[in-house]
Amino acid sequence: MISIKNLHANVEDKQILKGLNLEIGPGEVHAIMGPNGAGKSTLGNVLSGRDGYEVTEGSVVLNGKDILEMEPEERAREGLFLAFQYPVEIPGVSNLEFLKASVDAVRAHQGKDALDSVQFLKLAREKCKAVNLDASFLKRGVNEGFSGGEKKRNELMQMMLLEPELCILDETDSGLDIDALQVVAEGVNAMRDPKRSFIVVTHYQRLLDYIVPDYVHVLANGRIVKSGGKELALELEEKGYGWLENSDNGAA
Amino acid sequence: MSSNAEIERRIGNDYQAGFVTNIESDTLAPGLDEDVVRFISAKKGEPEWLTEWRLKAFRAWQEMVEPDWAHVTYPKPDFQALSYYSAPKSMADKPKSLDEVDPELLATYEKLGIPLHEQMALAGVAVDAVFDSVSVATTFREKLAEAGVIFMPISEAVHEHPELVKKYLGSVVPQRDNFYAALNSAVFSDGSFVYIPKGVRCPMELSTYFRINEAKTGQFERTLIVADEGSHVSYLEGCTAPMRDENQLHAAVVELVAMDNAEIKYSTVQNWYPGDKEGKGGIYNFVTKRAVAHTNAKVSWTQVETGSAVTWKYPSCILKGDNSVGEFYSVALTNNFQQADTGTKMVHLGKNTRSTIISKGISAGKSQNAYRGLVRMNPNAEGARNYTQCDSLLIGDQCGAHTFPYIESKHPSAVVEHEATTSTVSDDQLFLCRQRGIDTEKAVSMIVNGFCKEVFKELPMEFAVEAGKLLEVSLEGSVG
Ligand SMILES: Nc1ncnc2c1ncn2[C@@H]1O[C@H](COP(=O)(O)OP(=O)(O)OP(=O)(O)O)[C@@H](O)[C@H]1O
Ligand SMILES: [Mg+2]
Repeated sequence: MISIKNLHANVEDKQILKGLNLEIGPGEVHAIMGPNGAGKSTLGNVLSGRDGYEVTEGSVVLNGKDILEMEPEERAREGLFLAFQYPVEIPGVSNLEFLKASVDAVRAHQGKDALDSVQFLKLAREKCKAVNLDASFLKRGVNEGFSGGEKKRNELMQMMLLEPELCILDETDSGLDIDALQVVAEGVNAMRDPKRSFIVVTHYQRLLDYIVPDYVHVLANGRIVKSGGKELALELEEKGYGWLENSDNGAA
Repeated sequence: MSSNAEIERRIGNDYQAGFVTNIESDTLAPGLDEDVVRFISAKKGEPEWLTEWRLKAFRAWQEMVEPDWAHVTYPKPDFQALSYYSAPKSMADKPKSLDEVDPELLATYEKLGIPLHEQMALAGVAVDAVFDSVSVATTFREKLAEAGVIFMPISEAVHEHPELVKKYLGSVVPQRDNFYAALNSAVFSDGSFVYIPKGVRCPMELSTYFRINEAKTGQFERTLIVADEGSHVSYLEGCTAPMRDENQLHAAVVELVAMDNAEIKYSTVQNWYPGDKEGKGGIYNFVTKRAVAHTNAKVSWTQVETGSAVTWKYPSCILKGDNSVGEFYSVALTNNFQQADTGTKMVHLGKNTRSTIISKGISAGKSQNAYRGLVRMNPNAEGARNYTQCDSLLIGDQCGAHTFPYIESKHPSAVVEHEATTSTVSDDQLFLCRQRGIDTEKAVSMIVNGFCKEVFKELPMEFAVEAGKLLEVSLEGSVG
């Protein structure tokens, strides 16, 4: 699915990713944990091609394609989805219009016809329901005035509509109340599929009780410093990250 | 590349109406004096009173100085270097019907998306097509006449309805109102005249399409719309010009008279050539537009301004009658080196008069965009109300947005509300769009269209779509 090799990346001339390796097979769920400022969000931004994140070394291959040369929108159309840690507002552009443009662009890339407005509205309403958002959110501006938790559920709703192949969730669980956490977990679980992979960035072991990962990695200081099964998350909860610092073993 | 640079690369200029029509024209030698004024008047076979009216304006103009209070800078036009009259030769012996009109002219309008043959025309829209200094054709005149509606070039109305023209010409914008209005009054060429009789609801949309073609000419159109008691009309104007390296002058005057209980809806889609990416060429658009609204009358100005190198324009309402209503909905987009200083004046004279101002300014490139608005509540304007909302959107970090609201309230019961916001199209917003598969151009146009929604919904339906596309084109570059 995705193969990340020796990835080095700078932000404003500061090296943040320092030789990161990660192999994710189809259908797998990988959780990434790690201290604040370790480079977890940076990884999501680099993979999705955000401006200002400069790759200085290494490669990223998604389904056999080198994506580092692609524009962000091309990567998205190739099936890479990033659920943002801090979703931004776009006032005046309705959520529905935005979602339609997004789905149309991805479908066009896949050689599929655009959905007509009626079909699309029906689909969008279904997805709203699945993440427990009222259909009125479709009429509002993108994330405009949404609460923190609503923004996160809105991200998930888009992910469900787009049915991407690689889903990167950057702290989608933070700021969610207990019920919403379950809604999000159920949404993700419903999307688990032998052809779809997930990178789930989180600080909380509890999310992993709901979304059970195949692998857990610790990202610290720009590298994967430890990898293991889901029990690693429990160990981290207990011991914190201190004992791992500067360790360089166990890269996946 | 930072995404600001990316936006800038993409929002170059793709002006699609920039072609030149190759026809022979009768163009007066450059220069302006009383003889030129007389020449124009004679060319149109005008009656003596109108020649005198023009001369009076000309003499007033000579005494006036060009205003410089607007937030725009440009080399002052050399009024002696311009030609004040240019007409296609083929129009010299007044074609009686479309079949006699030079096919080259008809093709020009077709290319601009304005077919003048009635069977091909947009259903429900009558068009007056003005080319440089003359009207080429006016469609659906017979059909409109059946309803008693007069819709014809003002040059013809002078002959066919002299009493109406004489009564209302200059009644809203006097000859010496301002520098450009005085110039226009002296040398105005053509434009539309509309009269809607008492109680008549105009059965079609009326529209005038202005085209400047000839080089080194100015266009000085004059439009006069009179809606008699209880009548209703919706009018739209569109404008384009070829791409030329030198600046060209367009100084129009539009006067609207809404009698008791009448309603006039006046929409503009202004797409004059804005100049190139380096700021070379483009139209100077210096326009005076004003309406007077009598008792219970309503006047609504809607404008989408995307073109011109320099725009100076304040469609205004004199709310003279009690309970009269004035509205101003504006989208002004500037890109590259364009400059716009635009807004409105709402002058509340009558009791319980109401006005609404919604202004959306979008600045991109190195452009400057200013809103300038005056709301005046006169001593008799008991219970008058105004609501103003003035929003600016910045694209990139090299452009400017400015707001100059002036409020004068001389009645204690009058209420004036003013809200203003400034926002930007941020890198984060664009990245969110792109991460969802939407390319930068589409994202920018979606965000800008969202920003303008409140104004677009005021446009006649057919034109709202066109306006949206126009914004897209004005913002896009050559990247497909
Ligand atoms: N645009 C930027 N400009 C400057 N520094 C940045 C930028 N983006 C990230 N960084 C820096 O890169 C480092 C990694 O940041 P990143 O957001 O990837 O951390 P994180 O692992 O996601 O942390 P958290 O758990 O707090 O979300 C931090 O030191 C951060 O300050
Ligand atoms: Mg983070």
